[in-house]
Amino acid sequence: MKRWLTWLVLLMIPIAVSAIDVDEPLADPGQQALYEQLTEEVRCLVCQNQTIGDSTAPLAADLRREVRKLVEAGNDEGEIKTFLTDRYGDFVLYKPRFTASTALLWLAPGLLLLGGGAWLWRIVTRRAQLPVTTEEEDLAELDR
Amino acid sequence: MNRFAIPLLVFALMFVFFWFGLGRDPTVVPSPLIGKPAPAFSLPRLDNPELALTDAALRGQYSLVNVWGTWCVGCRQEHDVLLAIAASGVVPIFGLNWKDDTLQAKDWLQQLGDPYAVTGVDADGTVAIDWGVYGAPETFLIGPDGTVLYKHIAPLTMEIWETEFLPRIQDGQGGAS
Repeated sequence: MKRWLTWLVLLMIPIAVSAIDVDEPLADPGQQALYEQLTEEVRCLVCQNQTIGDSTAPLAADLRREVRKLVEAGNDEGEIKTFLTDRYGDFVLYKPRFTASTALLWLAPGLLLLGGGAWLWRIVTRRAQLPVTTEEEDLAELDR
Repeated sequence: MNRFAIPLLVFALMFVFFWFGLGRDPTVVPSPLIGKPAPAFSLPRLDNPELALTDAALRGQYSLVNVWGTWCVGCRQEHDVLLAIAASGVVPIFGLNWKDDTLQAKDWLQQLGDPYAVTGVDADGTVAIDWGVYGAPETFLIGPDGTVLYKHIAPLTMEIWETEFLPRIQDGQGGAS
């Protein structure tokens, strides 16, 4: 049993060692929460499919440091996001803001759903108006 | 007729989107800085840390700001192009030595030649973030009034210099043509 536990602890070491963000948490829990939230929402531009919280790239570390500094200085979420988009554009945010250039991106799913729904509705209502026929009648129709 | 019109329209729309969308390079992120004043900075110079390179140096003439590091393969690749541009005397090139080892950076310039009018050392990458830098080499074209006119991400080639940079320099007023 003891041996088992030793193995278990040993196996957990790599997980602890691979932690990416090893800085001390911020003193204010609210600020720490904001910092953690932002690191999950900001794209690492070197490794584009990772957030800066996930990435070990030097640029991600620099961006975490900047975000941390801004949080510590008392900036709110909107101000920090503006800081980032002013420099890197909307692409840096995993959840881009709703602007003229991102409107299509945000509205497309709704528009597609509405368009598809309207199309489906048309087909269904048109078919409903067709006379009801039996299979024999359909076959007879084909034979003719 | 109508039966085919809608699917055809949808197909045409998707075709257009994919035609343009798939041809794009996703690693090139357009810079929001273009058309805006170059971000202010003050960095110690590589040749003499007592002196500073600031954004004031970018005013009064067209200039290039080139982000480089000795760890950056693409920078080695474009180095000869930078030397040729510097030799042409059209614009001064200001270097931004990004997250690099200062000694290695000095060695690099000594061995390969120094195309830079002045190089500033951005050891911790703070200025690079202000400039929206995410991957060296990056080259900015700055206007005489200090506006960012163009940004090229990836190694420079003579062809890109001639087709993207030179026309933008000659179009402007008072360009060193």
